[in-house]
Amino acid sequence: MSTLDQPVIKCDSVYKIFGDNAAKILQQSGGKVDTASLLEAGCVIGVNNASFEVKKGEMLVVMGLSGSGKSTLLRCISRLLDTTAGNIFIDGEDLLAMSDQELIKVRRNKMGMVFQSFALLPHKTVLENIAFPLQVKGMSTSDSIIRAMEMVALVDLTGRENYFPRQLSGGQQQRVGIARSLAVEPDIWFLDEPFSALDPLIRREMQDEFLRLQNSLNKTILFVTHDFDEAIRLADRIAIMKDGVIEQIDTPANIVLNPATEYVAKFTHDVPRERVLTCETIMDEYDPSAQMSELTVFKDAIIQTVAEAVLTEQKSVAVTDAQGHIVGALNCATIIHVLFGNANTMPVNN
Amino acid sequence: MQYFTENKWTQFVALLAVFFALVITIDPATGGNLWRLQETIFWALPDVVNDFLKFLINDFWVVETYDPDLDLTEETTMMKQVTRAMSGIVLFFINLIREVLLGGIKTIVVFTSWDFISDNEWARIPALPWPALAAGAFLLGHYLGGRNLSLLAGLSTIYIAVFGQWTPAMETLSFVLVAVPISFLLGLTLGVAAFKNKSFESVLAPLLNVAQSMPHFSYLIPVVVFFGIGDHAGAISTVIFATPPMIRLTILGLKKVSPEVLEAGMMSGCNSRQLMFRVLIPTARHDILIGVNQVIMQCLAMAVIASFIGATGLGYDLLVALNMLKIGQALELGVSIVLIAVVLDKLSLSWANKKTDYFADLPFHLRHKYSLTFFAIVVCTSIIAFMVSAMLPEQANYFYFIHESQGFTTEKFWDFIVDWIITNAYHSLQSFNLFMITSVLMPMKEAYLSMPVAATLVLVAGTGYIVGGLRSALVTTGFIAFIALTPWWDRALITAYMTTFAVIVSVIIGCSVGVLCARSPLATKVILLVCDTFQTFPSFVYLIPVIMLFGVSDLSVLIAVIVYATIPATRYTVEGLSNVPETLQEAGSMSGVNRLQRLLKIELPLAFPHIMLGINQTVIFALFMVIIGAFIGTDDLGQLIMKSLSESNGMGQGIILGLCVAFIGLTVDHLIHTWAQERKKILGIT
Repeated sequence: MSTLDQPVIKCDSVYKIFGDNAAKILQQSGGKVDTASLLEAGCVIGVNNASFEVKKGEMLVVMGLSGSGKSTLLRCISRLLDTTAGNIFIDGEDLLAMSDQELIKVRRNKMGMVFQSFALLPHKTVLENIAFPLQVKGMSTSDSIIRAMEMVALVDLTGRENYFPRQLSGGQQQRVGIARSLAVEPDIWFLDEPFSALDPLIRREMQDEFLRLQNSLNKTILFVTHDFDEAIRLADRIAIMKDGVIEQIDTPANIVLNPATEYVAKFTHDVPRERVLTCETIMDEYDPSAQMSELTVFKDAIIQTVAEAVLTEQKSVAVTDAQGHIVGALNCATIIHVLFGNANTMPVNN
Repeated sequence: MQYFTENKWTQFVALLAVFFALVITIDPATGGNLWRLQETIFWALPDVVNDFLKFLINDFWVVETYDPDLDLTEETTMMKQVTRAMSGIVLFFINLIREVLLGGIKTIVVFTSWDFISDNEWARIPALPWPALAAGAFLLGHYLGGRNLSLLAGLSTIYIAVFGQWTPAMETLSFVLVAVPISFLLGLTLGVAAFKNKSFESVLAPLLNVAQSMPHFSYLIPVVVFFGIGDHAGAISTVIFATPPMIRLTILGLKKVSPEVLEAGMMSGCNSRQLMFRVLIPTARHDILIGVNQVIMQCLAMAVIASFIGATGLGYDLLVALNMLKIGQALELGVSIVLIAVVLDKLSLSWANKKTDYFADLPFHLRHKYSLTFFAIVVCTSIIAFMVSAMLPEQANYFYFIHESQGFTTEKFWDFIVDWIITNAYHSLQSFNLFMITSVLMPMKEAYLSMPVAATLVLVAGTGYIVGGLRSALVTTGFIAFIALTPWWDRALITAYMTTFAVIVSVIIGCSVGVLCARSPLATKVILLVCDTFQTFPSFVYLIPVIMLFGVSDLSVLIAVIVYATIPATRYTVEGLSNVPETLQEAGSMSGVNRLQRLLKIELPLAFPHIMLGINQTVIFALFMVIIGAFIGTDDLGQLIMKSLSESNGMGQGIILGLCVAFIGLTVDHLIHTWAQERKKILGIT
């Protein structure tokens, strides 16, 4: 069934509509979703026609303000909420057609989820919380405790395994939440605003920690946040939602450079370009006759990380691809423009 | 006009004016139905209920059964079979526990026969020597909660043994140890069912309301008819009474579980059983534990009341002692009941909070050190007890069992105090008593009795309308009209007058104490602890000291009621005041309020809805205690309920009387809850 390049998560015109008579209206219209008439009937539209795919090992960040439907979308894909219309496939299997038994099996083996308010079981210690999904699966107490101890070490909580959640700080509690969600070694990792309840400094630290984990684990991730900076920092791709509609879904650089709607542009307005753009997006064409500096930069490198080195060179710097072939040239004027120039007149390559 | 529709106070003043106008214009002699409702077909309701229940038990669903002892086939009803089976099971467990503690033969009889017992002298369960049990209490306390709990549990057991109350105390314990788990399981099951099924909950909710506000006594009569008399009947009536709060707190706790925790459980791959037992119930355990706590307290409160229908134990002895005005003895028994309540309460709490250690890889004897120690102690104490018996066969064996007559007692001391009070303070107490009765209580009672029924209904309906609109008006009028239709309107008025008096005094005392104590964090802690402790006392215990001081009179009942009902008033005032948000306090300070202004302008208005809920509790507590006061002698509904206990057709009457009491309570409850909810919404407090 599953092939290598098959998407791990595939959503196809997913709708989630809240309201007592939503189902009735849908039935009357024969399954066709007419948002206008639904709104008229007093329904609230949580997710409006969402279609996208997430590839294996990819991190899709769903960004939106509160009430934009981002958590609802996440809950549809984890089937914590029943989808009103549309299809969702997990590894090619129809999630919505699964029986309760099958769903439980998928959750026990394939899915892990981290929650905004941590959602730890208050009566269980750190260790017991982490071992919980394993024990629910039917693993013996001693085996689950051994595995849970590994997870405790992974999230750096060694020495606190016998604490109760109430005895931990917010950051530590979320580490437990992360360890619990990873205990069963899931393929798909759902994170619902995992760092929103934390202080800014701790949040930053947890994001670093999260990136470190992801680099070694390489899970398929659906990450929900209301923090655009966080999205930019973590995402492979970002989906921006407003009133249940996905306004734009693209890489951070493309979103910053080409906001699809005015709404998206509002978010991208204050984002420092050098933190999003890669060398490839602003390089000039390579002129073999020109004098080049000794230095070369990788085309996917973020400007911020190479700016200082490039600016200290007097000449243009060559941009290379993964094989070391020169694909373009970067000159100081462009970088200065990225750093200090007017964002609206940015010359970029698409 | 607009001012009138918007201002509730003006509406209320107008209502009062109408009320008094009606009181003055309706003449008792010529008022007819306006004065008191005349006899209607409704008066037959108690008999209808009675006949229906009799029909259920005697004529409904007749089945044939075979009695092996008499070798006869009898006709009997399904209901009788069911109740007989239930009684048998409950009685078996009570006897089992009782005989482990006190020794006996009934459990063996169940498996063999009486002939077997008389043929075999050895066939009896020997009692555990009391030192073994005391040591067990120390150990259990230590295992569950450390040194303090160990001392509390152990010393309480020793107190009971040394004061010669071993037999009744163990009887009570056996009865409680059966009733508590049954109530717990029943309450939990029904609570979970109601949580899962909304329509079941909506059926259950009004039933719970009525069940929780029916006085204890009115349960006794149907239980006697259905289950007979004895320990099992006591246990069953206790279960009926103790289950509703358990159900309610289970539902409350489950509803409070955060949706994310529920989702976390689902994403961990729980099936619905795992979700309920490993996620929802443990997460809601705080409220469920309060439920267990309530169950234990209800069971011990019922220990006394159940002795009216044949439950043996401390409660029965206490009843006898009170009847004979043996105050000292009653006091010692009361202390025993309170100790059992407190110890069980604390043990159950610690048990629920116990941690497991996964890393201790201990050898067998260390892993089981508590059970092994207990086993060793049982063996040692049994040997000592046996040796002492063998050496001194004629004398009482204090190492095995201390009989009532051999126990230590402080009875003389208390009797002396009572005598001293009577000789020295008799006149001042009596004149206070007389003054209260003639100048306060009697006039108040007469005022209540002089209310025409029409005026009362108008007052209730009007208040309902002002507080909660048409729906509330209909609900409250319905409740009160039900009472007015029964033959016991005057009695209900007397109950209402006693309750009102007690509530007024309790609220004044409770709120003042609460306001004063909320000033300092230390006093808050202390007063909450005091409230906790007093709340563990079974309601009957409150009657002991007042009879000691004031003898048998309306005033003693009222004082007991006031003491009992002051607890919730105080507790809710303290809680309400200390829950005023810190930011508002700071905002007040920065606006430059002085202490009085802070109290009047910030704290009280915000705490008021919560305090009102406390007053609601006060009313319910007072109502219950007034009914229990019938035991001392009052002339209200409670006395009639007591009387119907001994009447052949008392079942229907008892239930309808119970409903009357419940409806008084529910009317107040409905009004206050509606008001408080409205008010909280306005203030934005949840």
